[in-house]
Amino acid sequence: MAATQEEIVAGLAEIVNEIAGIPVEDVQLDKSFTDDLDVDSLSMVEVVVAAEERFDVKIPDEDVKNLKTVGDATDYILKHQG
Amino acid sequence: MAKIKPSKGAPYARILGVGGYRPTRVVPNEVILEKIDSSDEWIRSRSGIETRHWASPEETVAAMSVEASGKAIADAGIEAAQIGAVVVSTVSHFSQTPAIATEIADRLGTDKAAAFDISAGCAGFGYGLTLAKGMVVEGSAEYVLVIGVERLSDLTDLEDRATAFLFGDGAGAVVVGPSTEPAIGPTVWGSEGDKAQTIKQTFSWDRFRSGAVSELPVDSEGNIKFPAITQEGQAVFRWAVFEMAKVAQQALDAAGITPDDLDVFIPHQANVRIIDSMVKTLKLPEHVTVARDIRTTGNTSAASIPLAMERLLATGEAKSGDTALVIGFGAGLVYAATVVTLP
Ligand SMILES: CC(C)(COP(=O)(O)OP(=O)(O)OC[C@H]1O[C@@H](n2cnc3c(N)ncnc32)[C@H](O)[C@@H]1OP(=O)(O)O)[C@@H](O)C(=O)NCCC(=O)NCCS
Repeated sequence: MAATQEEIVAGLAEIVNEIAGIPVEDVQLDKSFTDDLDVDSLSMVEVVVAAEERFDVKIPDEDVKNLKTVGDATDYILKHQG
Repeated sequence: MAKIKPSKGAPYARILGVGGYRPTRVVPNEVILEKIDSSDEWIRSRSGIETRHWASPEETVAAMSVEASGKAIADAGIEAAQIGAVVVSTVSHFSQTPAIATEIADRLGTDKAAAFDISAGCAGFGYGLTLAKGMVVEGSAEYVLVIGVERLSDLTDLEDRATAFLFGDGAGAVVVGPSTEPAIGPTVWGSEGDKAQTIKQTFSWDRFRSGAVSELPVDSEGNIKFPAITQEGQAVFRWAVFEMAKVAQQALDAAGITPDDLDVFIPHQANVRIIDSMVKTLKLPEHVTVARDIRTTGNTSAASIPLAMERLLATGEAKSGDTALVIGFGAGLVYAATVVTLP
């Protein structure tokens, strides 16, 4: 069953917590991965790989750089999840 | 039909000795920063690399190999004349004919050992080890010398900020010989040629033929550039953290080993971030010693695993008899993982 927006944000929060050690409550739609959440370009790849597994989506490399904020990633997953 | 006698080898094979050679010149990140817009902090945080070794003109592929091999042979407690085959993995020996392995075999004083080069990028050590194990068990050689050697500084574009800081030079060697117990597990290996473009040479050698010379790339001073290694960093990083952790797990399974049984993890030293990610994904327990030789060695491709192995044993972080998981991966893309008992 497709995940809702709230479920995706919660899932991303857990993933970001696991990879970058950021508290889950800090992971909000308007937060930038690199500027606010200490997720650099390589951690972002790890976040994407984990999100792909969790939400059953494919996020190709060329799309990753457009995912600046948690909101961008959430929208992308909402639109592309299988 | 005439009956052919079967060959007779040892019941099992093991690594009997290891040796390494690191060039004398140590190159800190500051030197890299002379040619690219970057920072020491960025290089350390994205790769873990603080320093690397670059070879001098005298520290040739053959010279470094002979040094590393001499130590491996002494460590194994055998004589060079007992070696039946020499396998050299390298991508940075610039004369294809003849193979560099024959010169190395001769300089070491082997007794006409079979000698040849292989090309398997950063998986070269695992590929060579697998060949060596086969030879020992099948009986075509009692002792096999496997060498991983690179002068990647010769294949580095110092003006390319995506790769200038990554590579280093050096040689690592092991002697593989007979064993009464299994000490080299099944190899999980393969290739993914559909990703051949993700790590490659900027242009091929045949562009140096007359006629095409005017089209060759030039550096900021107008000199013709030598081919260099270039890569799609993010794509390779993704493949390494996602696919290689699975291959590492398969090698553990194939050997009948759980992460708890493991003493040491020696992955190819490509990027400390790949290493850290694999450790996490594989859920390696605290007691497992993890090689992070990348910090002071950079990426030395085929040499990275034996160099890291030698250092862990030399510093006492690992000891003889420990069970180690080794995994190499890189240009091809190719990979090879196996569980070994340390010499
Ligand atoms: C090479 C590697 C460290 C580069 O890291 P990366 O995060 O992918 O780098 P990117 O090219 O995506 O750049 C990310 C950011 O850092 C910047 N950057 C790139 N190179 C830089 C450098 N040398 N110094 C400072 N900043 C740099 C980029 O401009 C970009 O900034 P922006 O987001 O503001 O545009 C990394 O991709 C890697 O190690 N990949 C695996 C390669 C590997 O192991 N290969 C060998 C296998 S054998």
